[in-house]
Amino acid sequence: MTLILSVFQAVLIAGFAPAVSWFIKKMKAVSQNRVGPRFFQVYFDLIKLFRKGMVISGTASWVFHAAPYVFFGGTIAAALMLPVIWKGALCGFMGDAILFVYLLALGRFFLVLAALDTGTAFGGMGSSREMFLSSLAEPALLLSFFSIGFHTKTLSLTGMMSVLAADSPHRVIFFVSLAFGAVLILAIAESGRIPVDNPATHLELTMVHEAMVLEYSGRYLALLEWGHQIKQLLFLTLLANLFFPWGIPDTFNAVPIVLSLLLYAGKIAVAAWVIGWIEIHFAKLRLFRVPDFLAVAFVLALLSFLGQLMVGRGA
Amino acid sequence: MGKLVLAQFLFYVLGGLAGFLRRKNPEHSNRIACVSALAAGVSGMFYSAGILLSGKGIALSFRGGVPLCGAVFLEVDALSAFFIFLISFLSVPVSIFALGYNREYFGKKNVPLLGLFYNFFLLSMVLVTMARNIFVFLTAWEIMSLVSYFLVVTEHENPKARRAGLLYFVMTHAGTAFIAGAFWLLFSASGALAFDAFRAHAAMLSPGLKNVVFFCALVGFGTKAGMIPFHIWLPEAHPEAPSPISALMSGAMIKTAIYALLRFIFFFLGPVYFWWGAVLLGFGIFSVLVGILYALMEKDLKRLLAFSSIENIGIILLGIGMGVVLISSRQPIFALFAVAAALYHALNHAAFKGLLFLGAGSVLSGTHTRNIEELGGLIKKMPWTAACFLTGSAAISALPPLNGFVSEWMTLLALFSGVDCEGFGIRFFSVVLASLLGLAGALAATCFVKAFGIAFLGLPRSPRAECAREGSRSMKIGMITLALSCFGLGLAAPVIVPILGKLSGELTTEISGNIPLIHGSFLVFPGGWSQISLPWVFGVMAVSLSVIAAAMTVFAGRVSVKTGPSWDCGMRGLTPRMQYSGTGYSKPIRRIFSFLYQPSRKVEVEDEGYSVLRTAKHFESGIRPLFEETIYRPMAKFALYFSEKAKRIQTGHIQIYLGYIFVTLLALLLFTRVSS
Repeated sequence: MTLILSVFQAVLIAGFAPAVSWFIKKMKAVSQNRVGPRFFQVYFDLIKLFRKGMVISGTASWVFHAAPYVFFGGTIAAALMLPVIWKGALCGFMGDAILFVYLLALGRFFLVLAALDTGTAFGGMGSSREMFLSSLAEPALLLSFFSIGFHTKTLSLTGMMSVLAADSPHRVIFFVSLAFGAVLILAIAESGRIPVDNPATHLELTMVHEAMVLEYSGRYLALLEWGHQIKQLLFLTLLANLFFPWGIPDTFNAVPIVLSLLLYAGKIAVAAWVIGWIEIHFAKLRLFRVPDFLAVAFVLALLSFLGQLMVGRGA
Repeated sequence: MGKLVLAQFLFYVLGGLAGFLRRKNPEHSNRIACVSALAAGVSGMFYSAGILLSGKGIALSFRGGVPLCGAVFLEVDALSAFFIFLISFLSVPVSIFALGYNREYFGKKNVPLLGLFYNFFLLSMVLVTMARNIFVFLTAWEIMSLVSYFLVVTEHENPKARRAGLLYFVMTHAGTAFIAGAFWLLFSASGALAFDAFRAHAAMLSPGLKNVVFFCALVGFGTKAGMIPFHIWLPEAHPEAPSPISALMSGAMIKTAIYALLRFIFFFLGPVYFWWGAVLLGFGIFSVLVGILYALMEKDLKRLLAFSSIENIGIILLGIGMGVVLISSRQPIFALFAVAAALYHALNHAAFKGLLFLGAGSVLSGTHTRNIEELGGLIKKMPWTAACFLTGSAAISALPPLNGFVSEWMTLLALFSGVDCEGFGIRFFSVVLASLLGLAGALAATCFVKAFGIAFLGLPRSPRAECAREGSRSMKIGMITLALSCFGLGLAAPVIVPILGKLSGELTTEISGNIPLIHGSFLVFPGGWSQISLPWVFGVMAVSLSVIAAAMTVFAGRVSVKTGPSWDCGMRGLTPRMQYSGTGYSKPIRRIFSFLYQPSRKVEVEDEGYSVLRTAKHFESGIRPLFEETIYRPMAKFALYFSEKAKRIQTGHIQIYLGYIFVTLLALLLFTRVSS
């Protein structure tokens, strides 16, 4: 039962991820008085890409071929560590939040190398910007995890969530709400959303993620796009399950699990709505303003930790 | 065991000398030197591993009359054995690599002499870790410095190499002066020359004296280790040496300073003080951040690696410093974990930095340039070097499941464990330091994406890169061995960590029981915060990758793959000049950290009579070498000024000099008269 549920969680994350992208796209479309894509369009797009032939640059080497797999594999491995609708995860035992951060870094490492592999100016630009931004995002993410870990006395993601879920709501809100702000900013940065990156344009002044995957087509592009959507959902799940950990069962009865599934969908919808709202109402920041934005995340995480130091650990 | 130690010595000495027998034939001479170093390395690995596993050290005593110190006494305890293992382990693949690499020097350099220096360099490093007496230690230390100086100036026809050598010579001797001072203070306090006596006497040292000795040792060994701000020789000297030597200097030699520092702090100076740990942490985080930020700006591949060595020394210092802080905060188990993390990182750094320097050496011999702006596309021409360099880059960027990740994870947790101590400062700063280490890890990833991506991927940027060719077979074997050990040292963490834990327990605590650091294939943080299993990570990633690949072929079938040109924005054909350059790649970082770099750019514009038709004729950009300009240049200026003044009393007349002697004599006589 545990196993089935854990595998289901992984499938859920992978299957649900395109829907979240659709939700944000649809929100934007509606706000601009457009009709927007149908729900199944995102899935059809992925299926179409998986079936299409590929054109690979003559300059590319094996790094270009390996990158989509490593990126997708690293993201999936990170996803397997995250509790979604119950208090366990398939591979939650194999590591902690630090491993989670570095598994995402592994995928990114290969993706930015692949961007350099084709020898185009676009690839180099996207690669350089992505590393620049993620270098600043990573310490903030680690610090957020440390801040939460300080309260929960564990760094494992499943453990953190269990402790927070058992806490009374006002204590959770009190101790880790500042870290929530930090992780929200990082979720925006890591999933390439406005105001850090603009997923909708192919303009060299603004793009980061799109510039890196410009040379990809067909199956590889599908893997990268899907992986990117999963990564976005991972961060939203972090937001939902670490900061609003209520209603997640640790028993295997059908009713709590189904309720928890609905609740999860609701929480993700709210988090996606927040991201979409920001995307609709803000313009993209200039590239050299983004470090300030990420610095806010760092400071929020630091304040969250500092607050706990001053007031008490709350154990 | 003792026989293996002697065998190692003999291989080094005889192998170094035997090269001269075939001096007419450099190929043979090189082979003798490298193979004997290889054999010595293998025997060193055997006995040191045996000592680490059994915990029983060996002592060797050579009777005979060495003036001032009597019988030469050498000993290998667990700490020495660990560092001997590190040196020997690195020397094996490096020696294999040197077999092929040194062909560069046939007919140009004195190959037997190079072989002699090479073997004696390794021997002196091993001796440093075995010495149990001030004189033996300082002699071995000095041989190590001198021999490595000669190796740095191997290409002495190049003025840059001579300059780097001189700087190294001056800095390393300034450091040795501090080390000698530390030893002298210990000697005057305990009245003995032997290390055992220092250890026995440690508890009786006065706090003031301990602080002074710690300061001297920190500056002296910090200079050798490349700790900022005593690092300025390192990025000059390491790149100028032949690449196998660079690998040894960065991988092993700077670790001897870590060894000596550990011995000083934990053996000679007895119970440690909190503020030592704070100082070590301060120097550590400073070295980590400044080292990697300067590495990011480099376009010389070997200088980039040298700056990154400074970063890694910083990580090791963070581990040691946190160990000291935790001991004095009465958290011995966490302290054990912290020092074990530092030791593990020292070993891992030897593996991946050795690998990267060998890779850089392979690039250098294949293209005859170290400037990454002239490289590009090497992955097609040198596939093996590329794969190995990529492995090293991933390992040094602390990516799972490679070895760099394990020690970085341990260091992060060791820092984070500070939150369990008393006191606001330590709790706050330990977490800040941990996140700054995370920043450095991310910057290191950026740095090595740049190094690998610009040098090996894309289109060749110069004819040199176009005509590159893969190195010889022995060079490939040397690199592949180290690349595999990067995987091995990561996946074997559950085997390695208990050994390191035991060693670190001897240093930091009196606790002799088993501290559970592992549980099956899991590495467990003793505070119970966290656990990790790299074999599992590796397995899960492998399984998920094969599931993805299988699912794709089953559900979507095979698809056609065509090769076409890269997207060139509708222009006709991409040229290599359109790619991002290394300098361009790190431009965003240069911009936001401009307070450190203080970048300068100069554009000289000429217009041919029409101000709208301007053509930039000359462009210059650079960063300000902050430490050289703010610390070392004024010091050098002061020394020069002082010597200028001292010249006044140097007239060259013999009468004057006799007068000086007479006056000195009178003064001394008066002094003895008065004092008696």
